[in-house]
Amino acid sequence: MLRLPRYEYHRPRRLDDALQLLDRHGDEARVVAGGTDLIPNMKHRLFEPGHLVALSAVEELQGIRWDDGVLDVGAAVTLDALSRNPEVRRHASALADAARHVAGPQIRNRATLGGNVCLDTRCTYYNQTEFWRTALGFCLKKDGDTCHVTRVGRKCVAAHSADTPPVLMVLDAEVELRSSKGSRAVPVREWFVADGIHNTRLEAGEILTRIRIPIHPATRCSYRKLRQRQAVDFPLLTVAVGADFASDGRVSEIRGVVTGLGSRPRWLTGWDDLVDGSLDDDVVDALAQRAGAQCRPLENMIVDPEWRRAMVPVEVGRALRTLRSAGPAGASLEA
Amino acid sequence: MSPGSRIVRFRVNGDPVEVGVPEHHTLVEALRYALGLTGTKQGCDKGDCGACTVLVDGRPTLSCILPVHEAEDRDVITVEGLARGVEPHPLQDEFDRHGAAQCGFCTPGILCSAAALLDESPAPTREEIREALSGNLCRCTGYTKIFVAVEAAAARLRSAP
Repeated sequence: MLRLPRYEYHRPRRLDDALQLLDRHGDEARVVAGGTDLIPNMKHRLFEPGHLVALSAVEELQGIRWDDGVLDVGAAVTLDALSRNPEVRRHASALADAARHVAGPQIRNRATLGGNVCLDTRCTYYNQTEFWRTALGFCLKKDGDTCHVTRVGRKCVAAHSADTPPVLMVLDAEVELRSSKGSRAVPVREWFVADGIHNTRLEAGEILTRIRIPIHPATRCSYRKLRQRQAVDFPLLTVAVGADFASDGRVSEIRGVVTGLGSRPRWLTGWDDLVDGSLDDDVVDALAQRAGAQCRPLENMIVDPEWRRAMVPVEVGRALRTLRSAGPAGASLEA
Repeated sequence: MSPGSRIVRFRVNGDPVEVGVPEHHTLVEALRYALGLTGTKQGCDKGDCGACTVLVDGRPTLSCILPVHEAEDRDVITVEGLARGVEPHPLQDEFDRHGAAQCGFCTPGILCSAAALLDESPAPTREEIREALSGNLCRCTGYTKIFVAVEAAAARLRSAP
């Protein structure tokens, strides 16, 4: 049995009340949406907040709206609801597929899109019971002063392991944040920072409220996920690629993201000069090799990093080939 | 009521319940320790294995990572609530006939996931069954007998709902 630490549970119905609770309890409070990431982490004593502010009853965080070329998704929409929503499937099916590949059915019934965007980083040395972590003298991310993954050990490199952010980045989505002081929007592309201890720009007192995804009919997107089992497991690698196709079928712009590496998803660079209108096999191979050269999976997951390194160009190549046959709404396949 | 405790009201297997539980308990702790419903199993206790699966408003839910407050005013169905009176649910009967349970620890969770599937989809394909049960681990039998039992239960429910 893994017991939860003691806390007081708040379940406000209005966003303003939730924000007020965060202000009142400061560092003692944590926001919980589906709880599928936070609750297990609390059982491992990675977080011991005195107050949990639940978002499950806040109406303002619900709903999926299709509004003049923009999909507007409430942060507390579950991954299951997202993956089944007809508008999402029609306009951003790669996002629906990424959501459908998270964990297992029971998790998707509770886990939310906002929670997935805010998912804590993961590491072999971190996602363990307190007993296990004690034995190793803890780690830099929690309670210790050394990272066991890298040789130097002065920087936390726990892995960004969420499925939906790479797709959201390729689709140029943005998140809306609210605090008692006001609201702001941040592109998902700029949301993550290279610090495994706290890898997002979420600030104290803020709640992620909505995710807005602009939909361009010329854009195709595809998504792939590498994992050991085809269910429940977190990704060992996640790849999202997107491209804009002209009416004659030629590619005008291409972009890609790989995650499951370090603390933030990697935006692939150096692709522009390789694409000249087509995505034939030679171009795909060149793009995949260039992606492989800039992604270095670390020993922050239980599997052999050499294998994950070798799989980067393989998965990027597969994602790109899927893109060729994908409809305007995108597609995905799993390894 | 001791400090740090709270009264939570919900329905379990159709009956309204009112339980006094420690504030930081999960639904599976309330079911097993406050209500004595030990059919729901506490396995990994961190959302990996699916043994604690119950239905919350009809959806398969991991009761080990659900703060008990989230069950407030909801309909919870556990494995004890699947039978219809003295008659076992067709799933339970077919699991028995096909030897789809060995040690039985995963069975209550699998029955709940399967019951939700059959409510939604009376004639699921093998692939849909695999998908619906993909969050439930079984370490004894392998899954083939389980899939066959779900198919047999689905066929029975279609012929005599």
